[in-house]
Amino acid sequence: MIKIGILALQGAVIEHIQSLNKIEDILVVEVKRAEQLLEIDGLIIPGGESTAIGKLLREYNMMEPLKRLINSGLPVWGTCAGMILLAKAIVNDEEVYLDVLDVSVRRNAYGSQLDSFQSSAMIEKVAEHDIPLIFIRAPYIEKCGPDVEILLTLDGNIVAVEQDNILATSFHPELTEDLSFHKFFINKIKAFLGKSYAASL
Amino acid sequence: MDRYTLNKNLAQMLKGGVIMDVTNVEQALIAEEAGAVAVMALERVPADIRKQGGVARMSDPQMIKEIKKAVSIPVMAKVRIGHFVEAQILQAIGIDYIDESEVLTPADEMFHIDKKSFDIPFVCGARNLGEALRRIGEGAAMIRTKGEAGTGNVVEAVRHMRSIMSEIRRVMMLPAEERMTFAKEIGAPVDLLEYIAEHKKLPVVNFAAGGIATPADAALMMQLGCDGIFVGSGIFKSGDPAQRARAIVKATTHYNDPNIIMEVSEGLGEAMVGIEIDKLEDQYAKRGW
Repeated sequence: MIKIGILALQGAVIEHIQSLNKIEDILVVEVKRAEQLLEIDGLIIPGGESTAIGKLLREYNMMEPLKRLINSGLPVWGTCAGMILLAKAIVNDEEVYLDVLDVSVRRNAYGSQLDSFQSSAMIEKVAEHDIPLIFIRAPYIEKCGPDVEILLTLDGNIVAVEQDNILATSFHPELTEDLSFHKFFINKIKAFLGKSYAASL
Repeated sequence: MDRYTLNKNLAQMLKGGVIMDVTNVEQALIAEEAGAVAVMALERVPADIRKQGGVARMSDPQMIKEIKKAVSIPVMAKVRIGHFVEAQILQAIGIDYIDESEVLTPADEMFHIDKKSFDIPFVCGARNLGEALRRIGEGAAMIRTKGEAGTGNVVEAVRHMRSIMSEIRRVMMLPAEERMTFAKEIGAPVDLLEYIAEHKKLPVVNFAAGGIATPADAALMMQLGCDGIFVGSGIFKSGDPAQRARAIVKATTHYNDPNIIMEVSEGLGEAMVGIEIDKLEDQYAKRGW
């Protein structure tokens, strides 16, 4: 049984839980304290307010332990705000948070809520069908480092990437019925299972 | 996918968070620093509106713009019930949410704003399920309890949340043939009632508001089943706003953990002065229908 944690400080937590509950043999836990990070095989950082979640990670002393775990191989997937929290650089902002994903990301990149939109695209590595993509005040990636694999570019903007154990998407698969990305992340966790990283907290 | 669905999705991103009333840039920065997921920009907090009386209107657009510029989290602002021109102004500012609020003096005693004709998401207050579904039927993308703003007294918010949750449970139990009659009884659009019967929840997020003053109040509302918290006068009418703001955020995240709520409740200084509901001259919750 694979145990997946959802960082539950704030944001679209229940939506990810509901998606994962539709997949067999997955145990889902809400992660609110640093010590819980040791009990999981992978972590999802959900959409929410990146500024708020970032501050709470610091306030609750979770930032450094989580960063160390990710650097030593804990599979992690950030959606929307989660992508911003993972990034090594944020455009027009000196502050970074987990500082693990070698990209430069722009917050609210499409503009205000009036520019939120839905689209769909085929991502060969993830699924053999078109996946619905929902962008809510979404960020996108402007620059990637050499170790980052681009999974999807939409209208010239990078919106899904992978870097070793890290997955990041600008959009919200948890707001759709499509489970492709959740299954893709689970397969990623399986590939990393057995590699030891828990000792690093 | 339509704009309304995207607006409902946006509100989902605020869940588990605290939205704070602020009256200037300095307070907005304190709120953001404390971990607020959004701020409500207004000229006077409800406690002052109550004290000073007079007609309470939408805030000065310039003040809202300054706050918008100062923070990266979403900014909300209030319009009077039924005052769709104030709403048009806020939409022109590019505000993130409009609160059609009973805290301001209603502009129309018959009709709420047709929120479907706006692109910007609306949040509206409700005392019970029927009222919540009427607002959603008009296009609200988010619901909050009315509570009784500016009192520091949580009793009305509790009443409204319990009422909404218990009516949702009732709808879930109703046999299909009883739904139309129940919809008629509570004055709710039947298609929204059907939605609740099928999905076992409201079609939009539901926050608690009106009288929340302490970390324990916030955790109480979360345990009663709300999705997040609005704090109005409770923070900036207290002795140490920054610390109280942080404490309420923490209690909202860890609402099920009494040890953490205990820790953050220690040495918080003075809470805002509370008022008993039956001593009120004007119950804001009775505005709107």
